[in-house]
Amino acid sequence: MTPETTAASAGLAVCHACDLVSRLGRDVHAAHCPRCGASVHLRKPGSIARSWALLITAAVLYVPANVLPIMHTGSLFGAQSDTILSGIVYLWHAGSWDLAVIVFVASIVVPLAKLIALAFLLVSVQRRSTWQPMQRAKLYRAVEFVGKWSMLDVYVVALLATLVHFQSLATITAGTGAVAFGAVVVTTMFAAMAFDPRLIWDPVSEARARRA
Amino acid sequence: MPESPGLPDVPEAVAEPPRRHSLPLVWLLPVIAIAVGGWLAVRAILEHGPTITITFRSAEGLEAGKTKIRFKEVEIGTVTAITLSSDRTGVVVTADIAKSAENLIVEDTRFWVVRPRITGGGISGIGTLLSGAYIGMDDGDSTTARRSFIGLEAPPVLTAGLPGSEYKLRADSLGSITFGTPVYFRRLEVGEVIAYDLDEDGSGFNVRVFVNAPYDRFVRRNTRFWQASGIDVALSASGLQVNTESFSAMLLGGIAFGTPPDAAPPQPADAGTPFTLFDTRAAAFKREDTVEQRYVAVFRESVRGLEVGAPVDFRGIIIGEVSAIEVDFSPGRKEVVMAVELRVFPRRLRRLAREAKEKDAETTETDIHTQIDRMVAAGFRAQLRTGNLITGQLYVALDFFPKAAKAQVDWNKSPPELPTISGGLQELQTTLTSIATKLDKIPYDKISDDLRQSLQSLDRMLGGVDTLVRRLDAELTPEVKATLAEARRTIASAERTLAADSPMQQETREALREIARAAASLRALTDLLERQPGALIRGKTEEALP
Repeated sequence: MTPETTAASAGLAVCHACDLVSRLGRDVHAAHCPRCGASVHLRKPGSIARSWALLITAAVLYVPANVLPIMHTGSLFGAQSDTILSGIVYLWHAGSWDLAVIVFVASIVVPLAKLIALAFLLVSVQRRSTWQPMQRAKLYRAVEFVGKWSMLDVYVVALLATLVHFQSLATITAGTGAVAFGAVVVTTMFAAMAFDPRLIWDPVSEARARRA
Repeated sequence: MPESPGLPDVPEAVAEPPRRHSLPLVWLLPVIAIAVGGWLAVRAILEHGPTITITFRSAEGLEAGKTKIRFKEVEIGTVTAITLSSDRTGVVVTADIAKSAENLIVEDTRFWVVRPRITGGGISGIGTLLSGAYIGMDDGDSTTARRSFIGLEAPPVLTAGLPGSEYKLRADSLGSITFGTPVYFRRLEVGEVIAYDLDEDGSGFNVRVFVNAPYDRFVRRNTRFWQASGIDVALSASGLQVNTESFSAMLLGGIAFGTPPDAAPPQPADAGTPFTLFDTRAAAFKREDTVEQRYVAVFRESVRGLEVGAPVDFRGIIIGEVSAIEVDFSPGRKEVVMAVELRVFPRRLRRLAREAKEKDAETTETDIHTQIDRMVAAGFRAQLRTGNLITGQLYVALDFFPKAAKAQVDWNKSPPELPTISGGLQELQTTLTSIATKLDKIPYDKISDDLRQSLQSLDRMLGGVDTLVRRLDAELTPEVKATLAEARRTIASAERTLAADSPMQQETREALREIARAAASLRALTDLLERQPGALIRGKTEEALP
């Protein structure tokens, strides 16, 4: 088995700003591009720590996002506050089980799945696991892809809150839950961005090099 | 460092001195998140108030998770569950109350369901038509907390803490009074009926009214309450007077109160003071008479139009009323008479009253007796008079009739009999009857016979005149006609004679001309003779000519 050649194994780093490839010393942790001066690195510095921090933030915020009301509806027929779950229950009871499933998946399952997936990736990377690197890479791509679609609820609330403003007739305002939910989605996206997928492969190539 | 074979010209990156890694700032984020989340959680736990249960007869309009509990229209809780009570006689509503309202939920707190409600006093709960029912609440004064309640079926009329006073009214009939019937003071709505119930023995109603705070001080000890429903129309010498409280009182009824103006304003009545609820304002302001005397007046005329309660009037002052009208058919009397019983309040006669005040009761009675004896001797009599010509209502008038026949009051009878005099309309009737009798006596037959004879002779006379005229017509007219024709002929010939071209005129003219010529020749002769007087003898000479 021939050892794989990676930019890191070759001691090369590319500048993300000007695309210049430069040589990086083995024990050099921080350096900057000789051409444009932007910082260059082999792996995102502090990737795991930052990712963990954002992930924990998201996990903490996930609780108020589901417990607090995301929308206050005030109308002639009375005022009402809805949480995500109560909205789903309402949709389910109203007969729109398809919509209920969509909202449930988009607003509860997906953020939770993202949290779990990212946590799993981080743990596996920290343990320098060599288990199923391909599947984990796919999982990471899935997490990154799905991130932008999780804002569905927030979009709906934001749209309604801006459109429905008939003073005493009907008013919709965003609740604290919406803020928390938006924060969950954003922080998980940042956590996914902070995570360096190359770290998945590092132990694999090391193991390969050791075997070779 | 291994060399990359295909990349010989790769420049070296500029190494930076290693930075001392403190805790990355990004760890602030989870700390903040935990802090905010924790604070929210703590606040939620702190704000979580008590859970209460309220039992209602029906859960109509109530919905778990949606129905609110409101106090003074402020949301203080939400219904979380509705279940049937264990004995299935009602529903048990479980509700979460806000922490801030915890101290409102005490022993005597009341709950009721607010639904749209239309009552005499107005319409309430309109908002619930759209928003659905909610549970209204009224806090209590107690300090003991309570968590299980029995809801009211109707909203309480009064909410606690409303300043004002409550009074008890005693009414014979309820009229149009119901819960929430307004109470008026000088046409201002100042309170309402909060409860009424029938007496134990069913003899009347106890009505409880509540008068709001600034106005309850106008309820004094001698204040009168009366039913203000309907319209009170009075026709007096000053014109037509219509008294109503307000339009809504006219339609829906109401209670009004007022204080008689004559008395000095006494102490305000204490809350809970019982009052009588009169039927009308007039009844309410009627004087309360303590001293009352009964008399009977016997009339021989019809008492049609006289009613029980009709006034007894002394020169315009009402001093009593008719209390009974009976037909006295007793064999002791020779005729059927009408016995009218009168209740007279002698205190209304100031002088008597003043005397009565000075002496004790027994003396007073004798005093009144002597007084009345003296008055009767002076012609004091009772008389029936017409109070209203249109309806024919009668009243009993007491007055002095100096010409009346002598009479006396027998004080041993009970009630004593007041002498009467046929009066008013009755007198008029008598006069009319006597006029009619006189008219009756006139010998209409004889008068008509005479009249007929006169007419007959007149007829005959007129016949004579007629013959005379006819004869004149027949005999005199032709004569007159002939005379007139003669006259006309005479005038015509005279006319002809005098006409300008008539022969007589021409002849006359010629004759006159001849005369003129004769006169001229005469003048010439005269001249000649003057100059030649001898010419007459010698004839004329030439030189004589001028």
